[in-house]
Amino acid sequence: MKKLSILSIILLSAALVLTSLVAFHSSASNAAPVPAPDAIMLNGAGATFPYPIYSKWFSDYNKIHSNIQINYQSIGSGGGIRQLLSGTVDFGASDPPMNDEQLGQAKIKILHFPTVLGAVIPTYNIPGVSQELNFTPDVLVGIYLGKITKWNDPEIAKYNKGVNLPAQDIVVVHRSDGSGTSYVWTDYLSKISPEWQSKVGRNTSVNWPVGLGGKGNEGVTGLVKQTPGAIGYVELIYAVQNQIPYGRVRNAAGVFVKADLAGVTAAAAGYAKAMPEDFRISITNAPGKAAYPIASFTYLLIPTKIEDANKKEIIKGFLAWMLNDGQKAVEALSYARLPKEVVAKELKQISQIQ
Amino acid sequence: MAGIPVPTGRAAANRRAPALMQGLRSGDTFAHLFTLLCAASILLVTVALVQQLYVNSTGALHKFGFRFLTGRTWDPVSGDFGALPFVYGTLVTSALALLVAVPLGVGAAIFLSELAPPRISNAMTFVIELLAAVPSVIYGLLGIFIMVPFLRQYGEPFLKRTLGFLPLFQGPMYGVGMLAGGLVLAIMVVPFIISISREVLLAVPVEQREAALGLGATKWESTWQVVVPYARIGIMASIFLALARALGETMAVTMVIGNDPRISSSLFAPGYSIAAVIANEFTEATGDLYLQALIELGLVLFALTIVINGLARIIIISTTQRGSGH
Repeated sequence: MKKLSILSIILLSAALVLTSLVAFHSSASNAAPVPAPDAIMLNGAGATFPYPIYSKWFSDYNKIHSNIQINYQSIGSGGGIRQLLSGTVDFGASDPPMNDEQLGQAKIKILHFPTVLGAVIPTYNIPGVSQELNFTPDVLVGIYLGKITKWNDPEIAKYNKGVNLPAQDIVVVHRSDGSGTSYVWTDYLSKISPEWQSKVGRNTSVNWPVGLGGKGNEGVTGLVKQTPGAIGYVELIYAVQNQIPYGRVRNAAGVFVKADLAGVTAAAAGYAKAMPEDFRISITNAPGKAAYPIASFTYLLIPTKIEDANKKEIIKGFLAWMLNDGQKAVEALSYARLPKEVVAKELKQISQIQ
Repeated sequence: MAGIPVPTGRAAANRRAPALMQGLRSGDTFAHLFTLLCAASILLVTVALVQQLYVNSTGALHKFGFRFLTGRTWDPVSGDFGALPFVYGTLVTSALALLVAVPLGVGAAIFLSELAPPRISNAMTFVIELLAAVPSVIYGLLGIFIMVPFLRQYGEPFLKRTLGFLPLFQGPMYGVGMLAGGLVLAIMVVPFIISISREVLLAVPVEQREAALGLGATKWESTWQVVVPYARIGIMASIFLALARALGETMAVTMVIGNDPRISSSLFAPGYSIAAVIANEFTEATGDLYLQALIELGLVLFALTIVINGLARIIIISTTQRGSGH
């Protein structure tokens, strides 16, 4: 009796665990709350950077169309792309555009819709220096490759006349978590330096030649603020909202530009003529005197074929609204809006959704 | 299993079903079934965990093989992944944490159980158990805002001046680094050591103390030579529990360790731990190989924990046999 009961219990518990695993698996893949009968619910997942504006857009859109509810989980660009590819969400969102390998894995062709623009700025903490520093591309690459190691390096001093730069060691700070911010920063460094491109490359996380890693914008800022001689890079929005001082960067036209929303939009406008059909373009190091050189789009990723006719119409309607009325709300949240040329082009792309 | 008496055992041989019913009614069989189910599900969860980690990292396992454990490069761009700097960082910070926390924790436990007046002991124990429940992110913030600046301005310069001839205390002083990681872990695990060790020491029979005192031992001699050796196994268990927590701690470590996958002999240098890199890079990991390499790191951490726990068992068993003369 004892043997029998033990065996049966083990089998029973195995069955229980298995069924609960299966149940968990299937519930995890469509973890949406049950919508009201007449309401239509859309699910999306992806980048964290645009989350504040996306949640505002989705809530505003819900106020206009009370039967439409769009849920967005900011799980990170990588997770958004994976969920879209496995078909567990209606749309994805990503800071970097999907690469060819990822697009090749998609069963249905995927469209990129730029939504807003972001920028990345260099921030620093040099004892005794309160002025805004000018950074050339070569200086930024030199510092992040570990070749420029002192703040009074002649390369830095050349474009910062009148600033009393100390002989302090430079402490490089980068993001430790994978992030779109790191992608834009390394994309910029790759574009201006063949050495960076071959040694390090561009990605959400890279093999950094030097430096300390801080988690998130707040981690990088914290390290920079605390460490004398530190330099780091953070999201423009984060710097503006937290009043973090930051430097100017010399753009492709040779002008030192301090990042602001207009300069970021100008960077996108600078690439408007060269914009490829699928919008997958890096807008770092953009041409144009006003363009801030370390900027990027963030994208919504929409499949070209949506089976559910209701959902298809909602997505099309939302995209058109986002490109017109939605753009008016972005600057209040410190995002840069899309240039007119890009908006016009995206409106045409909506018709590809079938 | 054999230790649990089955009261209906004899009757069961003849009349199985009624006996089962009777057992269920009286509650014994039900309790037996239920608790066994609980125990079996833990085992199954562990097996399922290993199986999932293995299945989801097969690509990286095949591609890198043993090279994964010895590789020093972690390059998501070129797809070259090696775990050694993370294993190193995990082991060094955990060892450092124990080095600081064990004397501190055991000392405090001895004071609280043997020497302190009961009222003080109870009040302090309450505070210590409160500390054990503080979320790790709070310890991380404490580390960033208080410990790291202190280390950079006073702690590390002091160590460099006094012990700078050792390779452990050389190089630039950032504040963040392996030393900060180890110290934050030490602060986090001390409450576990104190709390459990105190309970174990209190459980030592009064007769042991009385016998020692009766033989002419002083209070301290009876504590150090009789009570502590008697409670040795329980104290060891508290240390290994602390070690397990230190190995797997993520948030507090990543906030102060500097997150740089390099192996450096200096404790001032930034490092990286396995749990920290998984937490940092998992959300934005694109590409199958990258993801699999991160999951394989989880497998490595799991294996590391098993090996260390195995060693702990061996130590406990061997010291128990040697110590049987007491």
